[in-house]
Amino acid sequence: MGSRTARTSALLGSTFLAAVTFSGSLLAEELRLITWGGYAPDDVVAQFEEETGIDVKVTLSNNEDMISKLRATGGAGFDLAQPSQDRIIGVQRQFNIYKPIDFTRVNTDQLQPSMVKATQDSTELDGKFYGVPSVWGTSGLIVHSSVADTVTDYTDLCDPAVAGKVSYRLKRPTLIGFAFAMGMDPFEAYNDRDEYESILAKVEDKLIDCKSNVKTYWTGGDQLLALLRTGEVTAAMAWDAGGWKLNAENPDIRFVAPDSGALGWIDTFAIPRRSENEEAAYKWINFVMQPEIAARITNASGNFTASKGADEFVRAELRDAYRASFNDQAINNIKWYPPVPPGLETVEGQVLDRVQAAN
Amino acid sequence: MNASAGRLSLWLLLTPFLLWIVLLVLVPHLQMLRVSFQVRESWDTLAWGLEQYQNFFTESYYWRTFVRTGVMSLFTTFLTLLIAFPIAWYIARLARGRAKGLLFLACLVPFWASELVRTYGWMILLRESGLFSSWLQALGWADGPVEMLYNDVAVIIGLVYNGLLFMVVPLVTTLDGMDENLVEAGYDLGGNHLTVLREVVVPWAMPGIVSGCIVVFMLTLGSYLTPILMGGKDSAWFTEQIFTQFITRFNWEQGAALGVLLLVLSSLIVWLGLKLSGQSLRKVMG
Amino acid sequence: MGIESDLFCSNLVRRFGSNAAVDHVSLDVPAGTFFSILGPSGCGKTTLLRLLAGFDRPDEGDIHIRGARMNDVPPNRRPVNMVFQHLALFPTMSVGDNIGYGLKRQKVPAAERRTRIARVLEQVGLPGMENRNPGELSGGQRQRVALARCLVLEPTLLLLDEPLGALDLKLREQMKIELKHLQKAFGTTFVYITHDQSEAMVMSDQVAVMKDGRFDQVAPPEELYREPATPFVAGFVGDNNRLTGELVAVQDGLAELRLDDGSMVRGRLGQSSPPIGERADLFIRPESLVLGGDALRPDYSALRASVTATLFDGANSRLEADSAGQTLYARLPQDGSAPRLREGAGVQLAWDPMLARVFAPGAV
Repeated sequence: MGSRTARTSALLGSTFLAAVTFSGSLLAEELRLITWGGYAPDDVVAQFEEETGIDVKVTLSNNEDMISKLRATGGAGFDLAQPSQDRIIGVQRQFNIYKPIDFTRVNTDQLQPSMVKATQDSTELDGKFYGVPSVWGTSGLIVHSSVADTVTDYTDLCDPAVAGKVSYRLKRPTLIGFAFAMGMDPFEAYNDRDEYESILAKVEDKLIDCKSNVKTYWTGGDQLLALLRTGEVTAAMAWDAGGWKLNAENPDIRFVAPDSGALGWIDTFAIPRRSENEEAAYKWINFVMQPEIAARITNASGNFTASKGADEFVRAELRDAYRASFNDQAINNIKWYPPVPPGLETVEGQVLDRVQAAN
Repeated sequence: MNASAGRLSLWLLLTPFLLWIVLLVLVPHLQMLRVSFQVRESWDTLAWGLEQYQNFFTESYYWRTFVRTGVMSLFTTFLTLLIAFPIAWYIARLARGRAKGLLFLACLVPFWASELVRTYGWMILLRESGLFSSWLQALGWADGPVEMLYNDVAVIIGLVYNGLLFMVVPLVTTLDGMDENLVEAGYDLGGNHLTVLREVVVPWAMPGIVSGCIVVFMLTLGSYLTPILMGGKDSAWFTEQIFTQFITRFNWEQGAALGVLLLVLSSLIVWLGLKLSGQSLRKVMG
Repeated sequence: MGIESDLFCSNLVRRFGSNAAVDHVSLDVPAGTFFSILGPSGCGKTTLLRLLAGFDRPDEGDIHIRGARMNDVPPNRRPVNMVFQHLALFPTMSVGDNIGYGLKRQKVPAAERRTRIARVLEQVGLPGMENRNPGELSGGQRQRVALARCLVLEPTLLLLDEPLGALDLKLREQMKIELKHLQKAFGTTFVYITHDQSEAMVMSDQVAVMKDGRFDQVAPPEELYREPATPFVAGFVGDNNRLTGELVAVQDGLAELRLDDGSMVRGRLGQSSPPIGERADLFIRPESLVLGGDALRPDYSALRASVTATLFDGANSRLEADSAGQTLYARLPQDGSAPRLREGAGVQLAWDPMLARVFAPGAV
């Protein structure tokens, strides 16, 4: 009953959308891209438009927002999306918003094979793959040199020595990071609901205890950078790229891989189920993953690319900053996010709510 | 002939309004109501049920956040009224001609910027490395940086600021229409400032006060950016929870239920306020 | 009398910029008096009333109420209440609450308040109206509520700011008489300001005629009417005919004027007499004019005129006539003694010179 109404309204909606975009496509070919800030720099977009004659319309977003938008339209409204690899399969099973990737149309030669393999493994559903690797990075700690000796792992953010000078997000990476730092392996427990809930219960207690140490839970990248830049916060859990950006401004601020391991993520290309210009989507993927272009994106965003051979085009400072944060051991210790099974977010959400509400 | 033409033009005039009401207000709310009664049994099956509503009452953080949001909104509304009343009094009864226009404009100017910009403005002033903190240090009133952001007081400051205009406008309108002689009669018959205010001015301004309070209360209850950005770690706000359910948890069912509850409970509070102040919505909204 | 009167003011001055709205006004109102201040709009009477109520402060001079100096006493502490021009009944309160407002401020216990409200409502002729809303009442009833609201407080002085202005003519006539009776019944001293000379004349014990911030004359209504002290009072109070001419002679207090057409008229010389040879105004009331054809008494002054119109208005019926470009009105007695007059007919208008007043010309 419910699903039939949903289908009817979806049908109506798509007819309407098709009518609208049809009239639009008469004028110019268009690629509607929903992605993260920094993943589609203006100069790259301009070059692509010049070379292909396709207009690119960029919408900036994040994982949750991307999923919500595509879920609301049943996978319409965008031609190409860039969700993280761990957030594809669970969502796809529940909401069916993506279509499989046709790897024959992807120039895999210019991609790092290990990345392609890892992404395919984690985005496989019924023998089909839903993601192409694009950009990768880690979450770890950004610390001032004054507290660098104190804060070497996520749980050190709860040390009384940094009380009131700490910030992290009230989001799932924080739960995962704290679980690792407390000696547990949440990824291992992903498919064991009870085990995972018992891990989260411990993390919840820890985060509630830790709450007095926190200045504020950051909600946006700019907000966090401002907090660190002014010295109002001296230690935070955050993305590596942000740490390197601050490091370029102030050498006293550094990104460090925590003792229990940085959390590694790969952002992918995924094609929404009702994409209207798949051709342009593949063109964009093959275009931006060219080593030179990919390096430009890396230079702009600070995040590393899955493009093979892009390293030599990346700015030297960025490479140095990367090496200062990651030695070989730290790289091997990166914990890569496995796919999130459906329903996990609800459990995590309740934990986060309770932390937020606790006094 | 004439009557039917009149009816036709009435319908033509009403059509955009009706379309707006039905398509953008009624349909989404009904949809939300429907979704709120769905229960996700597993990742691909849905059933009907009241579970989302039960959650609100059994999970203490939902209703506690709601109570907190409601109480803080009421307090904000009250504070806005206290601050707006003298401003409105001055604009309506003391300022003349040009000054009146300029003062009104001064109240309006902040609203040329978005809520986000206004909130960031306050953050620049209140933060530890901000303007107020450095002034306090420069004046020697504080030894070190003072953090004035990330607490409930900061949230209320931001919310009061956001609501001020919506309180001042209806108050100015009602106070403008008050006969100066009423105030004089109040004094003449033996009243002091307080009794004249309480017995004469406030009852007269009651429709303006109530309509301003309703608008500010609803605005505050539904605000999102200010409490999140200025509130810090303990400042749960109910709209934030709805947003979180919809956007980060993908739990539309729970989000819809919370949304419906917010609508029902806030309507209830407004209704109670109208009853207590002896006003009716018709009188207040004119 | 004097400083112990209910109201005693000496040399009150209130300036707005360089303009003195109240210019050295002194007045003395004994207890129980109905005192009216009569003047055209803009004469400063409202300003004077606001000084008395305490809404405004005098620049110079003193206000005493029953011997106590009031200059620095705020309005809510003066034993004075005011009925406003538009009444200013509190629209958010019932009739009873309106009347009880002042009693409440005096901390009168609730039970006593109720009896006093009921009593005063009865006295003003609105028994049992406590729970009505002012908006439901007729103009006259609202008028009475406004009075009751003040009178229940038993003030030393009740100020009234043209409260009858908003009523229609018939109701106004009725309320005039009623106000007078109420004032007598309560025995409260009333200070009543108006621009309507008939209101002032009917109700008052004393009338002050005010012009340009000053009192021209303070007198009982009849004296004001019969013995106007200034040409302004003569012209403003009651109907009057004015004849302008040159003063040629004065004998035994009687002045002789030569009008522009050469005819000679006589009248009693007023207080401000012009020197001989100067212009002068003669005022003669319509009812003092007798129509020729009656046995003309030898000491009467007379004037030829031609009839322009007869204006029938019952007891107020008048004859309009023209004499060398000056319009004159004469009362037409309705007892059948008046002759029938056609338009354009010549007529002789005569009067007892003792009833006419001659002044140096002044603004009317």
